[in-house]
Amino acid sequence: MSKTWVTPGGIHPPENKHQSLSKPIGKLPIPEKLVVPLSQHIGAPSIACVKVGDTVLKGQKIADSTGSVSVATHAPTSGTVTAIESRPVAHSSGMNASCIEITSDQQDQWISRQGIEDFEHTSSSVLLSIITEAGIAGMGGAGFPTAVKLNPGFQRPIDTLIINATECEPYITADDALIRERAAEVVEGIRILSHILGNPSDILIGIEDNKPEAIEALKPFIRDTGINLVSFPTKYPSGGEKQLIYILTGKELSNGAIPADIGMVCVNIGTTYAIKRAVVDAEPLISRVTTVTGEACGVNRNYDVLIGTSVDYLLEQNKFDHKACSRVIMGGPMMGFSLTSKDIPVVKTSNCILAPSFAEMPAEQPAQPCIRCGMCAEACPASLLPQQLFWYAQAEDHDRLQAHNLFDCIECGACSYVCPSNIPLVQYYRNSKGEIRQAQQEKIKAAQARERFEFHKQRIEQAEQEKEAKRAARREAAKQAKASTTSDSTADIVAAAQARMATKKNSPEQERAKLERAVTSAEMRVQKAQDKLDSAVASNETEEKINILSAALRGAQQKFDLAKTRLAEYSQPETTEQEPTAAKEVTPEELAKLERAVTSAEMRVQKAQDKLDSAVASNDTEERINILSAALRGAEQKFEMAKTRLAEHAN
Amino acid sequence: MAFKQITSPHAHAAQNTARVMQLVLWSTIPALIALTWHFGWGSLINVVLATVTAVASEALIIKLRKRSISFYLGDYSAVVTAVLLGLALPPLCPWWVVITGTLFSIVVAKQLFGGLGYNPFNPAMVGYIILLISFPVPMTIWVTPLALLPEGVAHPDFLTSLNIVFTGISPVDGVTGATPLDSFKHSMGLTVDQIYQQNPLFSGATFATAGWEWVNIGFLAGGLIMLKSRLFTWHGPVAMLVTLALMSAIFWDAGSSQSPGSPIMHLFSGASMMGAFFILTDPVSSAVSNRGRLIYGALIGFLVYIIRAWGNYPDAVAFAVLLANFTAPFIDNYTLPRTYGHQDRRKATEKAED
Repeated sequence: MSKTWVTPGGIHPPENKHQSLSKPIGKLPIPEKLVVPLSQHIGAPSIACVKVGDTVLKGQKIADSTGSVSVATHAPTSGTVTAIESRPVAHSSGMNASCIEITSDQQDQWISRQGIEDFEHTSSSVLLSIITEAGIAGMGGAGFPTAVKLNPGFQRPIDTLIINATECEPYITADDALIRERAAEVVEGIRILSHILGNPSDILIGIEDNKPEAIEALKPFIRDTGINLVSFPTKYPSGGEKQLIYILTGKELSNGAIPADIGMVCVNIGTTYAIKRAVVDAEPLISRVTTVTGEACGVNRNYDVLIGTSVDYLLEQNKFDHKACSRVIMGGPMMGFSLTSKDIPVVKTSNCILAPSFAEMPAEQPAQPCIRCGMCAEACPASLLPQQLFWYAQAEDHDRLQAHNLFDCIECGACSYVCPSNIPLVQYYRNSKGEIRQAQQEKIKAAQARERFEFHKQRIEQAEQEKEAKRAARREAAKQAKASTTSDSTADIVAAAQARMATKKNSPEQERAKLERAVTSAEMRVQKAQDKLDSAVASNETEEKINILSAALRGAQQKFDLAKTRLAEYSQPETTEQEPTAAKEVTPEELAKLERAVTSAEMRVQKAQDKLDSAVASNDTEERINILSAALRGAEQKFEMAKTRLAEHAN
Repeated sequence: MAFKQITSPHAHAAQNTARVMQLVLWSTIPALIALTWHFGWGSLINVVLATVTAVASEALIIKLRKRSISFYLGDYSAVVTAVLLGLALPPLCPWWVVITGTLFSIVVAKQLFGGLGYNPFNPAMVGYIILLISFPVPMTIWVTPLALLPEGVAHPDFLTSLNIVFTGISPVDGVTGATPLDSFKHSMGLTVDQIYQQNPLFSGATFATAGWEWVNIGFLAGGLIMLKSRLFTWHGPVAMLVTLALMSAIFWDAGSSQSPGSPIMHLFSGASMMGAFFILTDPVSSAVSNRGRLIYGALIGFLVYIIRAWGNYPDAVAFAVLLANFTAPFIDNYTLPRTYGHQDRRKATEKAED
C-alpha cells in the first residue's frame, strides 16, 4: 500500500452511487437523430468537413481539428448529415453553438479501419496524432485535448503518470462501471499512455476506497506491470487534479503551474479506455459511458451512449417522470450544471445525467445572512476563506478578492454545501471572477486607447509644426523675393522656388523613414502577440483568453500588412513618377476597379458594424464581441486602404 | 419544470443557521441548571425576561426595516443573544436592568449595525457593559451560592424571586454578597492561603470557588458539546484558556499577598468558561481564520487576566471581548491561511498586480 497524503477540508456528502450500479453497462437503440457539437473540448472548435446532405459512415470524420489545441469530431453512427447549425449545447450558460445533425440510417455501418496491435513499436508522434484524430479530449469533465497533455515537450520530462479513477462526485458511477467491466482495456490504455510518455518511473492509479469491486477488477491486470493502484479514503473533492496529485505524491502544483511542470501527467481513467479503443481498435471517440440516475428516473444505470444522443432520449428510455424532477443536471450534484433544454446532446465530457426528485434536491432556499461561522473555511480544499471572499464579492472589492486568492478557487462547491445560511457562494465567486477578468480587459483596452490618442495628438502636432515651418520658409522666401525685386527678379524667383523645393524635399525622406519605422514596430508587435498566444496555449489558458489573444494577433498582422503596403506604395511613386504616361494609361479601368473596391470595403465595414451592434445589443459573450470588434477594425483598415489607393490613382 | 437554470452545487448539507443557533441554546442548559441549582431562580427569570424582550424588539426593528419578520426571527439569533445576556446578569437583578440591557444588545449593538452578520461587536457583551457602567450597584451584587447559605435559609422560591425582580423588595436578607473574584480582589494584604481559609467562597468550594466552579463546569460541558458538533473550532477557546492559565501561573507569585490568584481560580471563576465557549466563539464579531482565532483568543485571555489582576473590575470577559472585537478585522488582514499552490501566506491588504 503506497503512502497517501490528506488534503485539507473536504466534505462527505451522501454517495448515492449504488442506485446506478445494480445493472451492467447497458446499450440503447440508436436514436433517430444525433446532434454532434463541433466544440466538445477546450481549445479551437473543430471545423465541419461534411456538407448537409452528405452520407456518412460510423466513425467517419465529420469535422477537422484546427490549430494545436483542438481535436477532430466523428459521426457516431452511419446516416445523413441533415443540418449544420447552431443548437443548444451542454454549457453552464445554456448557450447555443455549432452542431452537426446526423439522421441515422439505423445500419450503424462502420467506416473501414485498421488498428495498431503492436503499439510498443509505434512512435509516440504517430500515436499522438492518432489520439488527436480520434477526437480524444479529457473525459473527466474539462475536455482538454489529451494529445496536447501527453506532449509536454522535451524540457518537461515526465516521471509520474497519474490515472484519475477517483470519481469523487456523488451519484456518478461511469468510471466505476467502466473499470468493473473493461479493466483489461483500461489497463492497456494506461500502457499506451506510458509508452507515449517514455515509460515514466511511477504510474499511479488513484481510486477512492468506496469502489472495492473496481479495485478488485483492476488488480489482476496490473500485476507485474509496474502500475501502482492506490486507494485512499473517500472524500469530496479528492478527484480534482490538484487534490489527487497531492493525495498521491504529497506535492502541490504551484500557483499557475500545470502538472507537467513538476513532471506529472494526470489522465482520467475513462480517457485511457478511449485511447485504447482509438489506437488498438481504430475506433474514434463516438460513445462514452454515462450514468443516468436520480429518483425522477425509473431506471438508474450506466449506458454506452453515442455522442450526440439527446438528454431527452436518454431520459425517456429510463422512465423519466417529468413532474417529479426538480432539475436535470449534466455532471454530478456538486459541479454539474443544470440543463435548460431537453434537446441538449451528450458530449465527450458528459459523465452523468442526473434527474433528482424534489425530495433529493429541493428548490434552493432563500439565503440568510452570513454569520461567518467558518464551516466553509473548514470545508475548503484550497485553504481559502470563503466567508471573506463572499464578503468582498458582495462589496465588489477586487483587490481584496485577489489578495484572498479568489482565482485559486476550484469551484468544487464544498463551501456552498456546508453553508448553514444557504448562500450560493460558488456563484458569487464565478461572478466575481468574471467581473475581475472583464475589468482587466477594459484596463488593457483603455491603455491601448490612450496610447492611440496620444499618438494621434503627437501626429497632429507634428503636422502642425511642419506646416508652420513651411509657412515660415515661404514667408522668408517671399520677403527675400520682395526685397530683391528691384534688382535681379528672375534669379531671385528661381532661388525662392529652390528654397521652397528644399523645404518640401526634406519631408519625403522623413515620411519614408517614418513608414519604415512603422513597419518595424508593427512587425515587433506581431511577434509579441504571437509569443503571448503561444505561451497562453502552452500554459493551458482558458479558451476565452486564447481567442482574445488570437484576435489580437490577427489585428497586429493586419496592421503589419497595412504598414508594409503603405511603405511599398510610398516607395513606388518615386519610380513611377519618371514614367507618368504608363501610370496614366491604365487609369479608366483601374479607377473603376478601385472605386468598386472602395464601395465593397465600405459595405463590409457597415456589415461588420451591424454585426457588432447586434451582438452588443443582444448581450453576446465578451469573447464574441472582441472577435467582432477585431473584425470591424480589420474591415475599417481595408476600407481606408482602398480609399487611399483610389485617391492616389485618381491624382 | 425540470429544465431550468440552477447554480451548482445542487446538493446541500442538512445544516442551517436556525439549527446552529438552536444547538447553542441547548448547550447553555448545563450552565443554566448549575446556575439555578447554586443561585436560585434568578437566572431563569433573567433568561425568560431577556428572551421576550429580545424577540419583541427584534420583531419591531425588522418590521421598521420592512423585512420578513418570520424569516429573520426564525434564525434564533436574537434568542441566543438574550439567553447569553440573561445568563451573564446577576440572578434576581431588577427587571429593568434585564430589559435595558437586552434592548441595547438587540436594537443598538445588532440591528442598528445591519442585523445578524453585520454587528462588529458581540451584542450580548455590549448590553452587559452598558449595564455594568450605568448601573454598577445591581450589577455587582450576586446571590450567595447554595453551599454558603446559613442553616435553615434557602434561596427564595420562584414566586418570591419574581417579586424581588419586579418590586425590588426582598423578604429575606443575607442571600446576596460579592462574587469570588470581587472578594479576592478586595482581600488586600492577605496571602492566598489566608483568603482561602477565611473566605467561605473559597473555603466552601470543592476545587475552585463555591457555586461558580459548577457554573463554569456547566459552560465547559456545553462548549464541548458545540465543539463536538463542529459549531466552531478549538482555536479560540483553547487559546484564551491557555493564555489565561499561563498568565495566572506566571504571576502566581507563590501565593503571596500580591498574587492575583491561581490558574484554577481564574479558569473556574467568573465568566471564564462562558467567555471561552459562548462569547468569543461568536463568529460574527471574531477573527475568521484558525490562526486569527488563536491570536484573537489569546488576546482575550491576556486582557481578561490583566484587567482582573490590575484593573478596576473584578471580572473582565466582556471588556476583553469588546476590545478584541475591535482588533478582529486587523487580525484578519494578516492571518490569511496559505492557499494551495502558494509558497507563502498573503496579506489581505495586498493590492492586485498591474
